[in-house]
Amino acid sequence: MAKANEFQDLADREYQYGFVTQIDTETVPPGLSEDVVRLISARKNEPQFMLDWRLQAYRHWLTLEAAQAEPKWANIHYGPIDYQAIRYYSAPKNRPKSLSEVDPELLAMYEKLGVPLKEREILAGVAVDAVFDSVSVGTTFKEKLAEMGIIFCAFSEAVQDHPDLIRKYLGSVVPYTDNFFATLNAAVFSDGSFCYVPKGVRCPMELSTYFRINAAETGQFERTLIVAEEGSYVSYLEGCTAPMRDENQLHAAVVELVALENAEIKYSTIQNWYPGDKNGRGGIYNFVTKRGKCAGRNSKISWTQVETGSSITWKYPSVILQGDNSIGEFYSVALTNNYQQADTGTKMIHIGKNTRSTIISKGISAGHGNNTYRGLVQIQPNAANARNYSQCDSLLLGDKCGAHTFPYIDVRNHTGVLEHEASTSKISEDQLFYCKQRGISAESAVSLIVSGFCKDVFKKLPMEFAVEAQKLLGVSLEGSVG
Amino acid sequence: MLEIRNLHVAVEGKKILAGINLTIQAGEVHAIMGPNGSGKSTLAQVLAGHPSYEVLEGTVLYEGKNLLEMSPEIRAREGVFLAFQYPVEIPGVMNFQFLKAAVNEVRKHRGLEEMDAMDFSSFLDEKVKLVEMDQGLLNRRLNEGFSGGEKKRNEILQMAVLEPKFAVLDETDSGLDIDALQSVAAAVNQLRTPNNAILLVTHYQRLLNYITPDFVHVLFNGRIVKSGGKELALDLEARGYDWIREEAVSL
Repeated sequence: MAKANEFQDLADREYQYGFVTQIDTETVPPGLSEDVVRLISARKNEPQFMLDWRLQAYRHWLTLEAAQAEPKWANIHYGPIDYQAIRYYSAPKNRPKSLSEVDPELLAMYEKLGVPLKEREILAGVAVDAVFDSVSVGTTFKEKLAEMGIIFCAFSEAVQDHPDLIRKYLGSVVPYTDNFFATLNAAVFSDGSFCYVPKGVRCPMELSTYFRINAAETGQFERTLIVAEEGSYVSYLEGCTAPMRDENQLHAAVVELVALENAEIKYSTIQNWYPGDKNGRGGIYNFVTKRGKCAGRNSKISWTQVETGSSITWKYPSVILQGDNSIGEFYSVALTNNYQQADTGTKMIHIGKNTRSTIISKGISAGHGNNTYRGLVQIQPNAANARNYSQCDSLLLGDKCGAHTFPYIDVRNHTGVLEHEASTSKISEDQLFYCKQRGISAESAVSLIVSGFCKDVFKKLPMEFAVEAQKLLGVSLEGSVG
Repeated sequence: MLEIRNLHVAVEGKKILAGINLTIQAGEVHAIMGPNGSGKSTLAQVLAGHPSYEVLEGTVLYEGKNLLEMSPEIRAREGVFLAFQYPVEIPGVMNFQFLKAAVNEVRKHRGLEEMDAMDFSSFLDEKVKLVEMDQGLLNRRLNEGFSGGEKKRNEILQMAVLEPKFAVLDETDSGLDIDALQSVAAAVNQLRTPNNAILLVTHYQRLLNYITPDFVHVLFNGRIVKSGGKELALDLEARGYDWIREEAVSL
């Protein structure tokens, strides 16, 4: 019979995506230098402006490193990262020209992950740009989207085919000087996704990228840029997994979103990077900078994230509300189990008049997990009648985990209205017993409570992904109760 | 249906039950009465399998099977139900959703097909009418912000939907005003069948005015010190528990 501590022995279920794919890859030796930056740029046959930008970033990063400017303020703990021990480039050899040339083993892996890359996705209406280690291996639906003037391709391809757009928007939301990890990314990023939706076009399908880190000791530094022109709309989803490895791997990505007048971007993430084993060994350091700019009037940017993976998550998808009447939203579920740590939240920077923002954050801690919400709401002097609503809820499973909330509020215009609600609840033995007495097992009870807890966020996800997110949460919590 | 033999139970190292013997047949309603601290609720909790209660000695057979070996959820699926004295709030879970999950767990266990939301909804409608509960409570979070009376009525609703063979009602009368008491009792009476049994745990006699027990037992210091018919409850009402105390001491 279950004893007093129902919550010990968390997550005996192994990580499901921990397989390694045997594919010929081209990698550079570990280490970071100007030569490596030049090599990455040369491999990608980049125009001069890209190389210049990378080198500027690299030189800036050296000053940051010398100043020991790696951010230390987050509520996370890890040993020093040896940046010279990381490989900064890894790519499958023989880059395919089309999907039919893609290595069958790679396609089989995507099957295993459930990435719809072939006919299935036509039915599902999902266009996928799959990023494997550092280069994009195939983009579906490109032609169909192209008919509408939508560009959806690998970042490296966009550099070749649409250099003017890249030049105009790259670094316009997250400059290469932004922060230590964003600077590192700017110097060495190898690929990512690019999306451009022209004026007045409503993208008819969910666009999706699936990221995966395969090669050992490889940091994945992808960079995503989405530009929504006047009056356009796009919904974008990224999903992430990585194989099981004992050493930690760094993932320092940058995502930039630009929404012009009356445009809307909806960006959803399901992050399931390898979280490390149940003793806290291995796992991904997910240090990511995501920011959107509502550049035009009446524009809207909405971030939805379900973070269940990574040993450490450090990310704050933010919105700069520059255009008048623009709207920023952040909906987040972050789960930390075993020894996972998450310090995540958002920044809503109100610059324009009548700007509105909503923050709904749900943190779930189990095992020895530590979950921190950190968020800034800033209302600048010209942001008359700005409004913000924030809600931060924490749910604790067991008595060895932690939940923390750090809301920062900075108001410089007296017409602003802010609301902040927060709650912390704990699933108690008595609640579990009550459910069991009704025939519901502890595991089902936890999953009922957790999905109820996350409902406000899940309903913001595209339908099919909401189901996936719910399942993922169930798997991540399996074994969290005795 | 239920056979308790020489049951000794401790909680946090303190012995509460000291040799309970009780046999309950299908179709019977038994009432356990007794002063505060006599062990009434402990008996209710241990039958349901609460992990904080440690069985030191004794056996409990339920339909010929060893009840004490079953996990709480198996007991529930096998038809043992406890209406809690203090129903807990379950955050974020809708009452309707909870009831449906519980019913389907029990149905699965009994080899029946699970009910979908539509079927369950019409099944539930009848039960809600039977216990005269406010329909609106179905779409609220389970027990969150429910009044004391609403919680108790909701417990009886759960009993109605789960159709247990053996139900323990732990102080279901506490916190109910007289009108609510009458209507809850009426619902319980409708749930009585020749095939199920009910154990009422209560401090006061007043519940027994509306649910007539076949047997009344008085619990004192962890033992049943007196058993009788429904008239024993009236005696207790008239004379209090002191004479029981005296009798027990002289035993």
